[in-house]
Amino acid sequence: MQHLPILPILIPMLAALLMLLPPLSKSIDRHRLFSIVSMVLLLITSTYLLLVSHNQGTQLYILGGWEPPFGISLVADRLSTMMVLLTSALGLGALIYATAGDDKEGMYFHPLFMFQIMGVNGAFLTGDLFNLFVFFEVLLIASYSLLIHGGGKQKTKANVHYVILNLVASSVFLFALGILYGTVGSLNIADMASKVRLLGEHEQALAKSGGLLLLVVFGLKAAILPLNFWLPKTYAAASAPVAALFAIMTKVGIYSILRVNNVIFGVDAGPLASIAIPWLWPMGILTIVIGAVGVLASPSLRLTTANLVIVSVGTLILTIAMQREAATAAGLYYMIHSTLITGALFLIADLVSKQRGKSEDRYVVARKMPHNTPIGIAFFFAALTVVGLPPLSGFLGKVLILQSAEGATEMSWVWGFVLLASVASLIAISRAGTTLFWRYSKTSSSNSINNSDPIHPLKVMAVVLLLLTSPLLVIFGDPVIEFTRAAASQLHDTSQTVDALLQHNQIKGAQ
Amino acid sequence: MEAIFAICVGILTTCGFFLVLRGRTFTVVIGLTMLSYAVNLFLFASGRLTVDGAAVLGQSEVYGDPLPQALVLTAIVIGFAMTAFLVILAMRSRADQGNDHVDGQSPDHATKSIASDKRNG
Repeated sequence: MQHLPILPILIPMLAALLMLLPPLSKSIDRHRLFSIVSMVLLLITSTYLLLVSHNQGTQLYILGGWEPPFGISLVADRLSTMMVLLTSALGLGALIYATAGDDKEGMYFHPLFMFQIMGVNGAFLTGDLFNLFVFFEVLLIASYSLLIHGGGKQKTKANVHYVILNLVASSVFLFALGILYGTVGSLNIADMASKVRLLGEHEQALAKSGGLLLLVVFGLKAAILPLNFWLPKTYAAASAPVAALFAIMTKVGIYSILRVNNVIFGVDAGPLASIAIPWLWPMGILTIVIGAVGVLASPSLRLTTANLVIVSVGTLILTIAMQREAATAAGLYYMIHSTLITGALFLIADLVSKQRGKSEDRYVVARKMPHNTPIGIAFFFAALTVVGLPPLSGFLGKVLILQSAEGATEMSWVWGFVLLASVASLIAISRAGTTLFWRYSKTSSSNSINNSDPIHPLKVMAVVLLLLTSPLLVIFGDPVIEFTRAAASQLHDTSQTVDALLQHNQIKGAQ
Repeated sequence: MEAIFAICVGILTTCGFFLVLRGRTFTVVIGLTMLSYAVNLFLFASGRLTVDGAAVLGQSEVYGDPLPQALVLTAIVIGFAMTAFLVILAMRSRADQGNDHVDGQSPDHATKSIASDKRNG
């Protein structure tokens, strides 16, 4: 399958375009069926792509036959295919939840959703920095529209902030690309990595400022401390399936930081090696702190979940800052787990909020939920995982991260803050659970049971699907950890991330 | 030529960032437009400034780098679409919130309402 690496971009794009055309355009039922079928197809394709790139080595797809470093190439290595598979799995869960009714609140939910998936997959697969910018814009314009989908005052207000911030970030991104192209002379990631070592002294300073500007942009996407204040309000304002899908958006930023700072400005980059690391340490720690404070201070389950996203971002930044294979591998495992589980928690928060009438998901005493027990079980399960209690995947992810810290200084910072954040989450989540599920006003509980509707089976299915990944990540822990180790060692190995991608045309010429 | 070019980009960027930091959506939109002008000029200059240089080989003695021109074209199109989206969003926000402040309410109004809340509470 020569064209396999581009399929994760083409499938959602074609699906989105076809849904705008006559046979599908008028009927929401056809939209639902078609988008779920395409999403399942995407899931199968990305699984296959992951297996191919794992067993047969990095797949390079050269668009238009322009050999690297001149044209745009797609690079499907272990890390990027893993992220694509993660996107498809999370996307399927969010989409199934949306088909239960949230997609009817406005028009074109499904095409927008597909464009969002296309942008995210493209950002993961591309091997060119300017192309990364283009895919960022694709996923952003889709996310702007998805965020405001359904309308309402809160959504408009959150969206204005989100759009303005991201437009400024896009300008900064372009400035950074201009500086890097002006000094390094290329935008192909592998080519930049090989050229950045050879820069003269004056150009080094410029390239360094370009690289750090990139960190600012990715930091905004990933919601690292000084740039994270948009996240809780935005995620809390979005409708549930959109918020669940947005769980992958911060990871796009994390992925870009990981890729740029390990390949272009990695340990082999001469004087420009590891330029971001001195910044990542304090930022990561402070992000964990502000996230933990936010978790403790949140007045509703959605805001708690949004702040848990920030805590997980801080933890992931620490694993990047350690810049070691074991740490990256642990971070990748934790990333899979935290993306899927925070996605599930956003969906559970919506289930809670739909059942409690006016009090929604705020931590106040309200009438008893008609379906207290099933939602309670789902919440308990998600809470155990997200806090990191054994035996679920959160525990395993955190243990791996703690194990990967080496030396007294590193251990004291990583252990201290990761564990403190876990305690804060444990306290906040326990309080949330007791308030939402055990404390209710007794008077109105009798009549509320009568007028309750059963939870839509698709919603249950979506939540169960996302939650099931957690025990699966533990049961199949060994192959998953093996894979993340292999992906991390590939990322840290210059011969595979740089040389192999550039020598492609020479090999072909020799043949 | 380089000096004039650099000063122009610098002034545009400064004005852009100043306007983006203002409180009303109209000035923010103008600020973002100026920023995107600045960034387009900047990207164009990243291939070095040459006079009378065609971007096609064999057309002139010196030739310009064609890649930044392609990048600028992409950036212009994307920037234009994003600005259009923001204008529509700003109008929607004006209709939903009743004013054109980015936070949905002007700061003096906010302090007044907090004060009245305290009085009532």
